[in-house]
Amino acid sequence: MRRYVIVGLGVAGVAAISELRARDKSAEIIMVGDEKHGFYSRPGLAYHLTGELPEKQLMIFSKKDWQSLNIRFANAHVTSLDPHRHQLVLGAEDRLTYDRLLLSTGSTAAPINVLGSNLPQVVKLDNLEDTRRILALTRRVKTAVVVGGGILSLELVEGLHSNGVSVHYFLRGGRYWPNILDEIESHMVEHNLEKMGIHLHFHTEIAEIMGQRGSVNAVRTTTGEILPCGMVCVGVGVRSRMELAKEASLAVDKGILVNDHLLTSNADIFAAGDVAQVVDPVSGKSYIDTLWIPAREKGVTAAINMDGGNQKYNRTIATNVLRLAGIMTTIIGAVGSGVDEDLVSVARGSSETWLQLPNSIALESNLDVNHMRLMIGERTLLGAIVMGDQKLSIPLQELIAGETDISSIRDQLQPGAALGQILMDFWANGKGQGIKQ
Amino acid sequence: MGNRSSTRPPSRSEIMAVGHVVPEPSRCVQCGICSFNCPISIDVRRHAWLGQHVEASECLTCGECVRRCPRGVLRFELTELFMEQGK
Repeated sequence: MRRYVIVGLGVAGVAAISELRARDKSAEIIMVGDEKHGFYSRPGLAYHLTGELPEKQLMIFSKKDWQSLNIRFANAHVTSLDPHRHQLVLGAEDRLTYDRLLLSTGSTAAPINVLGSNLPQVVKLDNLEDTRRILALTRRVKTAVVVGGGILSLELVEGLHSNGVSVHYFLRGGRYWPNILDEIESHMVEHNLEKMGIHLHFHTEIAEIMGQRGSVNAVRTTTGEILPCGMVCVGVGVRSRMELAKEASLAVDKGILVNDHLLTSNADIFAAGDVAQVVDPVSGKSYIDTLWIPAREKGVTAAINMDGGNQKYNRTIATNVLRLAGIMTTIIGAVGSGVDEDLVSVARGSSETWLQLPNSIALESNLDVNHMRLMIGERTLLGAIVMGDQKLSIPLQELIAGETDISSIRDQLQPGAALGQILMDFWANGKGQGIKQ
Repeated sequence: MGNRSSTRPPSRSEIMAVGHVVPEPSRCVQCGICSFNCPISIDVRRHAWLGQHVEASECLTCGECVRRCPRGVLRFELTELFMEQGK
């Protein structure tokens, strides 16, 4: 009987055990992880923070679901990995052997390195425990400072605001999320934040987090301004949890390097989820996604290959649906480029492919939908951002992911045209050559 | 791609009579807001996880889950059986 061990309790790991069990009823499957609350919707934490969702609703599987998977579960920290002996060490000395191993250890929030960042009221939003801590602090803190970029920092801003905390949002540059959004889109988000009463501070950085009797009581900016506050929330990006792989001398870069079958540099060890940095065999380029759905897909693919299958990871076009300062936003494919000064690493809920802006024409429309930006290639749509009305987001997701030939309407996609209607009709009628029916 | 014979979304009365809720799993992060807001406690999230339509006979098609989903995962679709009959 083969023994599979999965390290990590996130969606990639759970997708893998579900697939393994479906394929092999008799295999021994052991899941190991140090997340004390088990498997829950990490993206759902943002809605728990705003009060839209109670904590217990975050739990995805029922007791019955777990029983039907028939796995063994070890709530433990994996301290080391010995690939030669096919062995893990749990905690101080418990040893666990494996035939095939999956590392789906996820990512963790990157810290900020300024004086005072070790004070207890300096928080991140990585897991349920952090959310509990933030909610507890909001009961006694009146003013908070948020630093960072991307989605995570906005989740913090909106979550704190929903709990009645006065929020000061520090941005290093001149606008929000500049490597993904264009100026109009950044401004839409900033405008909504200001309407909510969020205090935006552009070109502002923390030089020191000041404390009194072990508690945060102010921040000092690099320009010398002192702003009183009771907590500092950090959303400057995430880093792969790849210490185990590193110590075991597996090939790593920004994450654990895997081939298109999600196999690491060791023949019996696979990696999936945020921690897996997939190398494209054709281009040699590699990328990291910190998105829920690709993590789940990677977990399934890894499981198939762990079971002896020959499944290539067919990467889907990176898509995320977000609520940015109350504006429903869908980001699909390649839409941006450059660097975001507010992030020190990839943002959670993000994809490096959004930054691979190819040769394309950007076309914006603010007429027939609230806001839409299309990245138009030679014969296909390469990326899109849809903000506000989401009628077009699923059609665009399908057209971009399916690399649909848009030659028949390309000339019509001009500034001032009713882009929304043209695209909706094209999608609905399935006219384009190559559209999958 | 599914049935796209018309871009007109089904009307409320059509949905109440012959519609059901359809998830788009490629957008769902299993937050559970849909299940939490269902007035008769259908586990809509589970349907999204499994990629299944909400065809529970007890579904009121009230639209709470569709309206509350923060990621646009859920939509109404006419039930094909009735569409055929209605032709």
